[in-house]
Amino acid sequence: MQVFNTELNYQNPSIEGYYGEFGGAYIPEMLFKNVETLKAEYLKIMQDPAFIAEVDALLKDYVGRPTPLFFAERLSKEIGANIYLKREDLCHTGAHKINNTIGQIVLAKRLGKTKIIAETGAGQHGVATATVCALKGMECVVYMGEKDIERQAPNVARMKILGATVVPAKSGSKTLKDATNEAIRAWINEPNETHYIIGSVVGPHPYPDMVARFQSVISKEMRSQLLEKLGNELPTHVVACVGGGSNAAGAFYHFLNEPSVALVAVEAAGHGVYSGLSAATTQLGTHGILHGSKSIVMQTSDGQVLEPHSISAGLDYPGIGPLHAFLYESKRGTFLSATDEEALASAFHISQIEGIIPALETAHAFSVLPKLGLKPSDVVVVCLSGRGDKDLATYMEHL
Amino acid sequence: MSRLENLFKEQSKRVLNVYCTAGYPHLNSTLQIMESLQANGANIIELGMPYSDPLADGEVIQTSSLHALSNGMTLQVLFEQLSEMRKTIHIPVVLMGYMNPILQFGFEAFCTRAKEVGVDGLILPDLPLFEFENSYGKTIKDNGLDFIFLVTPETPEQRLRKLDSLSSGFLYAVSSSATTGKDKDFSQVAVYLERLQKMNLKNPILVGFGIKDKQSFDAVNEFTQGAIIGSAYINALAKGEDVGETTKQFLNGVLGN
Ligand SMILES: Cc1ncc(COP(=O)(O)O)c(C=O)c1O
Repeated sequence: MQVFNTELNYQNPSIEGYYGEFGGAYIPEMLFKNVETLKAEYLKIMQDPAFIAEVDALLKDYVGRPTPLFFAERLSKEIGANIYLKREDLCHTGAHKINNTIGQIVLAKRLGKTKIIAETGAGQHGVATATVCALKGMECVVYMGEKDIERQAPNVARMKILGATVVPAKSGSKTLKDATNEAIRAWINEPNETHYIIGSVVGPHPYPDMVARFQSVISKEMRSQLLEKLGNELPTHVVACVGGGSNAAGAFYHFLNEPSVALVAVEAAGHGVYSGLSAATTQLGTHGILHGSKSIVMQTSDGQVLEPHSISAGLDYPGIGPLHAFLYESKRGTFLSATDEEALASAFHISQIEGIIPALETAHAFSVLPKLGLKPSDVVVVCLSGRGDKDLATYMEHL
Repeated sequence: MSRLENLFKEQSKRVLNVYCTAGYPHLNSTLQIMESLQANGANIIELGMPYSDPLADGEVIQTSSLHALSNGMTLQVLFEQLSEMRKTIHIPVVLMGYMNPILQFGFEAFCTRAKEVGVDGLILPDLPLFEFENSYGKTIKDNGLDFIFLVTPETPEQRLRKLDSLSSGFLYAVSSSATTGKDKDFSQVAVYLERLQKMNLKNPILVGFGIKDKQSFDAVNEFTQGAIIGSAYINALAKGEDVGETTKQFLNGVLGN
């Protein structure tokens, strides 16, 4: 039996879910049946033409795909390169998260599930889950850290309006990590009727691969849009922010095996990478297991998971998906970070030169552009993962 | 013969395994608790190694774990506390915990140290069968430690037999779909336990999750060799003043003494 991938194939983890030494499914036996069923079925279902047709139709008519690839003229001039924005902020519900929830809700129906649970940090994944549950008539329970419930109030209201139940996660740091723990525990307690829609490329195999595949529509569209605009499918750089890493995985996916394309992942440095208040996982983390997969984890030397910090709830996570850990360690990806302050400055700057208010998470991706040493001929695609409506309260404090 | 094997050879009914979180309620109460568990009729001690993110545990054990961590418990400290335990503790001791802290300690070093201090076995809920067979299992066995797998009503028969064949000491039967500390409808549990009983497994079976008092302990003993009590005891410790007195009262209650 093959445990580790021997050759680099970033798009396909091993049969047991390993990207290099990262991944796997470190789950208690109580989740075995659910995870095993998912593992046995997900590729089959995702390759079924009827499933593909149903998901594609929803992505087109409900989500509003393809999302535009926009040439950011003023930003390009300022940076001195050709900067394109992949407008995931224009998706229904305002972020890339819905690409995954559309796929998973259709899959959950196929598996005969009647109830959906999810975790959420910024609330974008919670809203995207509540939305597809309303669409498909499924019961929806979203676990959200108590601290995040406070700082993302509009999204909490949206979930409730959409008919979801929002359960505060009160354990630990009361943020995304703890919401994920609570969601997994809830799944253990009612595994038969429930499907857990994880919101990022994290969790036990097959979640990281499944979510990456659902998000890969981002880079699939990028390729055809670049071809149409520039006569060349390949940019020189793709830049995306990384919480768990789903928008980055989606934006990188169809370029993973194209070595000429630089893949730039931007983590949240909070008050500064080494300030003690940071969420820059690859910089601060060590190998470990979190939420069922082996990856890079921010932890003490005793293996207790640390409480991260980021101004953006969606990046406030002490881990990173196993694909990204592999991209980091194999050096296929470049991992940079931006502080709270830099992200805030970028959010205002992009708003004022492009007329697009980005989400705080996304703003981190913009912050690194001046640091990439770009040339005038470079073609850079920034994954504009979400819009800033949910962050208005934070932005208003800094006006 | 291992201590666990010996125990089940001598006693095939009403084996009581009591869980406690190392370093709870006080950093240095670990050994005192183990001694009073032994003195008051526990047959096995399941010592929880506290972890910040215990996925399979309910609120009670989560809280005790965080409490123990803030008391300063680490694996290093725990092994120091246990280094002399075999002077007073004669019953089997198994360590229960999650993979991440163990990986940081070093899996091999952990197994070696556990054996050195006299630990008998390991329960690691997030070490699944595949990983056990492919990497970690060998280190555990090489160090002469028993490994106890969990099984649930949803575990398919073939897999259950495999988990049984790879386990030694005992097999840990959890009622399906439950983090620790949840109440379960016993009639369903009974059907499951009867099925297990008829399978003629290699290992004795202890039932965990939802056992909290004499009634629930008596009930599962109809079908299995005994049970594991965790959250109910932690709750008692949380409420009680004196560790020794609390343990005595609690175990007298469960055992009907
Ligand atoms: C707009 C936006 N971007 C990025 C993220 C980070 O998640 P991921 O790294 O999975 O894309 C979030 C998470 O909530 C988000 O809302």
